[in-house]
Amino acid sequence: MLGIVRGRVARGGVNASMTVRDALNSALDEEMSADPKVFVMGEEVGEYQGAYKISKGLLEKYGPERVVDTPITEAIDHIINSAAKSNYMSAGQISVPIVFRGPNGAAAGVGAQHSQCYAAWFGACPGLKVLAPYSSEDARGLLKAAIRDPDPVVFLENELLYGESFPVSAEVLDSSFCLPIGKAKIEREGKDVTITAFSKMVGYALKAAEILAKEGISAEVINLRSIRPLDRSSINASVRKTNRLITVEEGFPQHGVGAEICACVVEESFEYLDAPVERIAGADVPMPYAANLEREWPSHRVQHSFVYTNVKVERSKITFLLF
Amino acid sequence: MERKAQTWVTLAYQEKPGSLPEGREGFLESSQPDMSKYLLLQSRDLIFSNFNWRELCGNPPSFLGNSPTLFGSRRFESIKSGREELDLEYENGGHQNQAMDFPGGRISFTSEMRFVSESPRERIPCYRVLDDNGHPIMHSSFVEVSKEEALKMYTSMVTLETMDTILYEAQRQGRISFYVTSIGEEAINIATAAALTPHDVVLPQYREPGVLLWRGFTLQEFANQCLGNKADYGKGRQMPIHYGSNKHNYFTVSSPIATQIPQAVGAAYSLKMDGKDACVVTYFGDGGTSEGDFHAGLNFAAVMEAPVVFICRNNGWAISTPVSQQFRSDGVVVKGKAYGIRSIRVDGNDALAVYSATRTAREMAITEQKPILIEALTYRVGHHSTSDDSTKYRLVDEIEHWKTARNPIARFRKWVNGNGWWNDEGESELRANVRKQLLQAIQVAEKAEKPPISDLFTDVYESLPSNLCEQEELLRESIKRHPQDYPSDVPT
Repeated sequence: MLGIVRGRVARGGVNASMTVRDALNSALDEEMSADPKVFVMGEEVGEYQGAYKISKGLLEKYGPERVVDTPITEAIDHIINSAAKSNYMSAGQISVPIVFRGPNGAAAGVGAQHSQCYAAWFGACPGLKVLAPYSSEDARGLLKAAIRDPDPVVFLENELLYGESFPVSAEVLDSSFCLPIGKAKIEREGKDVTITAFSKMVGYALKAAEILAKEGISAEVINLRSIRPLDRSSINASVRKTNRLITVEEGFPQHGVGAEICACVVEESFEYLDAPVERIAGADVPMPYAANLEREWPSHRVQHSFVYTNVKVERSKITFLLF
Repeated sequence: MERKAQTWVTLAYQEKPGSLPEGREGFLESSQPDMSKYLLLQSRDLIFSNFNWRELCGNPPSFLGNSPTLFGSRRFESIKSGREELDLEYENGGHQNQAMDFPGGRISFTSEMRFVSESPRERIPCYRVLDDNGHPIMHSSFVEVSKEEALKMYTSMVTLETMDTILYEAQRQGRISFYVTSIGEEAINIATAAALTPHDVVLPQYREPGVLLWRGFTLQEFANQCLGNKADYGKGRQMPIHYGSNKHNYFTVSSPIATQIPQAVGAAYSLKMDGKDACVVTYFGDGGTSEGDFHAGLNFAAVMEAPVVFICRNNGWAISTPVSQQFRSDGVVVKGKAYGIRSIRVDGNDALAVYSATRTAREMAITEQKPILIEALTYRVGHHSTSDDSTKYRLVDEIEHWKTARNPIARFRKWVNGNGWWNDEGESELRANVRKQLLQAIQVAEKAEKPPISDLFTDVYESLPSNLCEQEELLRESIKRHPQDYPSDVPT
């Protein structure tokens, strides 16, 4: 098992690196190896090696009784009406220790019905836990935590991140590695403004922080990791330090994750805010297909052009850029 | 022997032993060179585990050895028909010009354009054992029932009917908020339950409390749930009749229609994985078969070969929708065939027929590890629920007819009486006893404490998260400050 992990880790000097795809695959492999009750079920997971090859090699290693190919059925109702509520409605008699995992949000050129971010939808459901990894470390640690967790977990990956490589330490590569659910990570420390993001947007937030640094603005980037439960204390502690908050997400703005973060900061750290909270989100439209339109969808302008937002610092307006 | 196999296979080509195979699909010819490099992953026509490499291509691949995982899943083991067809082809010397191979198997063709009719000349007949007067029909085949068993079935049916009548009245009196009766469907409730073992897992819709009653749920336990008191196993979280009990292997009732069907398939699959000598039985009405979950559930059950018995109570009505407006098929029994599921139609008001069919279906499901569908024809004598008045959409005469002339309890009583096992004195004593017990149970349940405030917040997750701790605190403070705005009988 460790052999498989080592085989996927590229050695570059002292530091190892790993793609998110391999991080997810190794986490699945290790958890299946450690607990014979863990199994994978879905369309294409077995012989096809996974629709995005995340379950590659698992059928061969664990056999068709633990990697089960099924017919297709696409339904959100059972996630929110059965999985989320069964333990409560049955008063603890029916527990649902399941992980629903797969790509979430936009890829590239896949149109409206394959581009929506569901973090806010699932994040609104009591009974669910909702995770959104960014890096390979996140992918490994959070997937392991999700599998071990007795509650139903929705695990929101991102197709464009699958092939991206991140540095991983020896601790991360160890099979016992696990991240706590409900704890955000400070990806970059700063003192002038807090930027919260999750999944792919963490990458853009970090790039924005680089640009801001050149302009003398020190941005603190928080990788949420967990949408439900939300790490309210880390977010508030950061805002109390920086006094300014920008939330970033690729999903729709209304009733989004940013709206919830804004509410919790206003509730708990009102006196600490020097400026209104800014939300950066996708346009309130279904994602168009045409490449030029997709680019103009503000969240993807995060990728290809500039989004301007105003941050007041000591009564003078400055703009900072996300590209 | 010259083999001219025209079989569609999925192969994996291994560059070298131990490496991950690459996929390839196509017709497998006996003349295929160097089969040793190929690993057969899936064949549409052949039984995978019995595939004989030597006969087909001379040399078995060296890396095959004893690795059963490479040979595909247990789900292929029970496909016998494919092999028989293949043998037939060889016997006839290969009639390739009269058959076509498509994904899904060999199929014979016809040059006559003929549509399969949407309605059969004859409907699928209905299996029954007792006639309307409770006499066994000549030459009927059925599973024998002992006197003890029969009496338990009969008294349970009466208990169920009495419980329904009294709790319905309790709702009318405002003592409980809601109730659903099973009047007219007592034979399905009790006879199916009697045919199962306590290890079989039951996923009900909501008109099957008789199964729970059979398994030992007491009248007091029923009343506790309806009154939502502290003793309710559901901690007062659900509307009345949403019973659930782990120890009775009875999944908690969930209101949305047909959601239990795919869940039942999953539960059956877990029994299969654990090699248990048990099956899952799930119930739904005629309306439930229109749901997407019915389709997904039956399809999954067939493909994954799950040991589940689907029991459809086709009682003619889905609230005010009659079956003629629900589907245009020959009822529900024919739907099973569409999914490749063995099915039977049975007289749901004939307790013996229902018992026999369910016993047999259960044995098939477990020994053959496959799903079975039972359509039990019956009639919903009561209203859909206490929120419904069915006289608004159906004739009172029709209801009366099924309540009296076609009553399943009366029919079974005639049979047990005819055997000398029961009499009228026993009848009135039984009804009086049950009535008394139930009225007492309701009184006790009404007086009992309600669940505590803390039960509002537990079981959302396995452990109580901090935000719910805070919310509980806020609620307690609010109750302390404004006691007049909160019910006085809720313990804090």
